[in-house]
Amino acid sequence: MRDIAIIAFGQTENKRTERLLNEAEMIAPVVGDLLKSVGLKRTDIGFTCSGSSDYLAGQPFSFVMALDALGAWPPINESHTEGETAWALYETWVKMQADEEIETALIYGFGRQSMGSPREVMTLMNNPYLEAPIQPDTISQAALQARVMIDKGIATEKDFAEVAVRNLKHAKSNPLAQCSGDFDAETLLKDPTIASPLRKHDCPPITDGACAIIMAAGDKARELCKRPAWIRGIEHRIDVQALGQRDLSECPSAKLAAEAAGVSKGKVDIAELHAPFTPQDIILQKALGLGDDTVINPSGGIHQGNPMMGTSLVRIGEVANRIINGEADRGVAHGSQGPCLQQNIVTVLEGE
Amino acid sequence: MAPDQTQEVALRADHKLEFPYVRATGPILGRFFTEIRDNGKFVGIKTSTGRVICPPVDVDPDSLEDLSVEDMVEVGTSGVVTTWSWLSEARPKNPLDKPFAWALIQLDGADTALLHAVDAGSEEAMSTGMRVKATFIDERKGNIHDIACFVPED
Repeated sequence: MRDIAIIAFGQTENKRTERLLNEAEMIAPVVGDLLKSVGLKRTDIGFTCSGSSDYLAGQPFSFVMALDALGAWPPINESHTEGETAWALYETWVKMQADEEIETALIYGFGRQSMGSPREVMTLMNNPYLEAPIQPDTISQAALQARVMIDKGIATEKDFAEVAVRNLKHAKSNPLAQCSGDFDAETLLKDPTIASPLRKHDCPPITDGACAIIMAAGDKARELCKRPAWIRGIEHRIDVQALGQRDLSECPSAKLAAEAAGVSKGKVDIAELHAPFTPQDIILQKALGLGDDTVINPSGGIHQGNPMMGTSLVRIGEVANRIINGEADRGVAHGSQGPCLQQNIVTVLEGE
Repeated sequence: MAPDQTQEVALRADHKLEFPYVRATGPILGRFFTEIRDNGKFVGIKTSTGRVICPPVDVDPDSLEDLSVEDMVEVGTSGVVTTWSWLSEARPKNPLDKPFAWALIQLDGADTALLHAVDAGSEEAMSTGMRVKATFIDERKGNIHDIACFVPED
């Protein structure tokens, strides 16, 4: 297996609405600054891969327009994943394993949820005959999952609120956060429910944003970065789509992905979880086997900002940055997509 | 550098995106919707281990073999709520245009649950384990909209 590392990560500020910049204009400065930070030119990059969804932009082939941010002429070696960008990073990792001529790669993700109504748009991930036509919005679906946890005695509404309190507290040290602050669970629980038992604080913010990562192999990574964040394991697994065929209080595919990626092979200093809704944070901690010695979501997680389709790459980047700057030695990044944590990807990163 | 970000200079245009897919249901979901349309009944599908999955699936999740219409069995039009959520404001394309509950409903004779709406009147009337029954629209077309909603039994 070829040693491949993340050597740089950057993102835009998490914003509720990006009124003026189009996707290419959002991505261009992020990619430009990132290349400069490691001393590479865009023509030095061996492979480029992006993640996005046409449904969010409301525009077919929106990823093609975003290529303008890179200046894809003369033609570049490039691919795209329709969905969360952690899967584009996985595609790149596989590609770099197979093609040893590729020494560096650029992965970027972007999404503008403000262009539509994400609660409805995301129901397109459900069954197109049985569920999508009646539009069970994302908050209601997560609420069905939350209720199962309460009924089984796994967690309470207060436990859900504590997840939000922890994330928003951590977000205070994140200069790009859209939401942050000190809250207490008792006060949050006085809010009305949106889809019971979930309240506003249980839900992710609506965010427009973009992000990018540069990866490099072997000695190239050591040459470009003082302390690369090496990918020690990366795996993804999928659960059945239909909510009615699953035990929603558990996430077997995240557990399998974590085992395959080797999460438990060493101490996990930090973990970033792609848990759009607070109950899912509790499910994922268990599925990934994370204990009290792991700091969960040091960036504030998704509660500080959710640039959908880029969100899963931000999770990887936030872990990588903390390894690159020496704050952590080993960390885990989780990404998900599909209704109620249907699809899960787990990346284990480590410094040398 | 980014241009000046004031709302005044932003041009706006409404844009309606549609992907006008036409989908074939195939033999198994086709039979599911046909039974609802013609007979007001639900059918599920029996797996190799004897589980009944409703709504039915094309591939047996227990053996990973293809299933066929011969494996389909009738289930009840009533069942049990296995989990639910009260939606205080209905969304535009939901089955009901007033506050209602989304629920997973395990129909009698089935081992899995169907996602649909329950018209219970109030959140207080909802509970896990409660029994509900299906109501159908009059002029049925053979799609999921043929189910009007579920209502509490009795």
